[in-house]
Amino acid sequence: MPSEKAAITVADLLGSCPAPFTQYDRVLLGHGSGGRLSADLVHRLFLPAFRNEMLERLDDQAVCTLAPHADARIAFSTDSYVVQPLFFPGGDIGRLAVHGTVNDLAMGGATPLYLSAAFILEEGLPLADLARIVDSMRDACVEAGVALVTGDTKVVDRGKGDGVFITTSGVGVVPAGRTLSASACRPGDKIILSGTLGDHGIAIMSVREGLEFETTLESDTAPLADLTKVMLEACPAIRCMRDPTRGGLSSALHEIAAASSVGMSLAESAIPVRPQVRGACEILGLDPLYVANEGKLIAVVPPGDADRLVNVMRADARGVDAAIIGAVTSDHPGMIVMRSLVGGTRVVTMLAGEQLPRIC
Amino acid sequence: MKFLDEYRDPVAAQKLVRAIESMVTRPWTIMEVCGGQTHTIVKYGIDEMLPAAIELVHGPGCPVCVTSLEMIDRAHAIAAHPGVIFCSFGDMLRVPGSRGDLLQLKSQGSDVRVVYSPLDAVTIAAANPDKEVVFFAIGFETTAPPNAMAISMAKRRGLTNFSALVSHVLVPPAMRAILDAPDNRVQAFLGPGHVCTVVGYAEYGPIVEQYGVPIVITGFEPVDMLEGLLMAITQLEEGRADVENAYGRAVRPEGNLASRALIDEIFEVCERKWRGVGMIPGSGLRLRAAYRGFDAEGRFEVEAIQTLESDVCISGDILRGVRKPQDCPAFGTACTPQMPLGATMVSGEGACAAYYAYGRHFEAAPLKVHHAV
Repeated sequence: MPSEKAAITVADLLGSCPAPFTQYDRVLLGHGSGGRLSADLVHRLFLPAFRNEMLERLDDQAVCTLAPHADARIAFSTDSYVVQPLFFPGGDIGRLAVHGTVNDLAMGGATPLYLSAAFILEEGLPLADLARIVDSMRDACVEAGVALVTGDTKVVDRGKGDGVFITTSGVGVVPAGRTLSASACRPGDKIILSGTLGDHGIAIMSVREGLEFETTLESDTAPLADLTKVMLEACPAIRCMRDPTRGGLSSALHEIAAASSVGMSLAESAIPVRPQVRGACEILGLDPLYVANEGKLIAVVPPGDADRLVNVMRADARGVDAAIIGAVTSDHPGMIVMRSLVGGTRVVTMLAGEQLPRIC
Repeated sequence: MKFLDEYRDPVAAQKLVRAIESMVTRPWTIMEVCGGQTHTIVKYGIDEMLPAAIELVHGPGCPVCVTSLEMIDRAHAIAAHPGVIFCSFGDMLRVPGSRGDLLQLKSQGSDVRVVYSPLDAVTIAAANPDKEVVFFAIGFETTAPPNAMAISMAKRRGLTNFSALVSHVLVPPAMRAILDAPDNRVQAFLGPGHVCTVVGYAEYGPIVEQYGVPIVITGFEPVDMLEGLLMAITQLEEGRADVENAYGRAVRPEGNLASRALIDEIFEVCERKWRGVGMIPGSGLRLRAAYRGFDAEGRFEVEAIQTLESDVCISGDILRGVRKPQDCPAFGTACTPQMPLGATMVSGEGACAAYYAYGRHFEAAPLKVHHAV
């Protein structure tokens, strides 16, 4: 958040509100009742944060124009966010909820346009926390160039939620003629990763598990639509893109390999991982290939385009560490094989469950 | 990353591989003792870099794997007690007992928590005086000092609501059990580097003398392991059998004296049943009489435990290096990390789980690997 811009506070948003709203500093069941308190939340918190003509109509639905994309197709995606803690180094649940859905749209080659947000609030949540989350979502929407045009709020009894759950859905447009598909990859294609692996997962774990590392590690949560835009302008032939979130790089590559009935070979030495993340993974017995990311993408591209595309990506703030990490092969379909740092090979399998820290 | 990259250096690794190639004149079977070493071998493909004459077999050094089913069932029974906070290292949570695992108990409402340090369990006990806090103290000599420290700390803080379910195991008696078996194939050992960091390697001298097998104390990174292998193969080719230390940056002959004193203060040697292997005399640690008050086994009544192991599973043979995961008809089919049938599949460091994690169950169709990068 730029330092010259003051953050929205509860007082800013709610301070001018007449009684009885200001007497509460926590979420009450009444805030989800559909009555006066609900309306106050909408008018005093959500509307000022996300103001646009489609949201302002406060209809049961937002009716949006697709112009100037008259011949475009719609991309539509939804995702729920339940992260704990709500605020973590490098982000918060609000930023994550915007970026996650925006990025899912962008991976399909879409320009994200509109978001919905449904909030499930736990009774007793400090309104200051909610205001902070909303503030952060607004900044994330501005940064990603999307408008939040419709939403919903429910309140559950104390103890029945975990502070805030947010579900965002997003609509974007895909220009005519653009088709990205996980099933489009061909032997010989190169696999590009936009940056370092594991930053988000390890940042969350470092605060959630009470681990005290000497350096602070920040989540990489970031919108990727600007990056995908320059990538697709430079290289319209990109076969497919994925953001390796839960399940990490391994799961994303497995999905693509299965959809295209191809194998993949990776070089461990080419995969960028921050030293802090590597260190934390060493201590905890985790493999960065399986750790979640929230601001990275993988792209599969025809071999002739790969070097040029990496250079284009490196010129973008979200892609400075972009690298070719491997290639698509007709050998061992559905299987990801990696050459290890010392020159042996291993198969990279799908993660069975959650990665659990090991003891020695 | 310093102290890591140099031990994963491809140039150094290739140099060691070539030295091994020029040293080997005939087949040798070598066992790495530790699960962590097995993990490194399959993660980096080290076995595939070696001459075909060198066969690596995988040892019993995965403490989660060898924890007996009876003990796991006992842990589950204690964790299911209302009023108990059950603390465990993370990789014990998915290990199935006769009726489900700790993660399932947690989903049913039991208070099961992952701790990274045993001292965290002591902290939890101090913060929850109205609860019984039980720590599942498993592991080899490596985890004995922190587990002993937790007991010592609980005593010093006068905590009456803290106890430990102790299932410690010791490496040297297991190595003797392997060598004593009539079908033993092991001709040399890569010794357990981290165990020796704690207790030193004096105990291995008598084993070398009695059985005539080389033991090379070895680390856990690829270059460490190749160096340990080169030293072991050199001894075999020269007809020597000595204890050698290839992990000098971590291991002193006498180990860590403060840790040894602490272990000795809290624990005493006992017999212990190993999953897949059976009872091994003198292979475990239990609380000394002065600390028996912290023994969870004495604190919680657990009804008689009836366990049933799979009759297909060959984990006992795998733990002794007699057979390998692919020799088992259930490997990768009926037996997977999601539905493990026995010891070597239950933890990531077990030989079967490591083979599975790194795709060795696909090897019926040999891999053709083209590296484009």
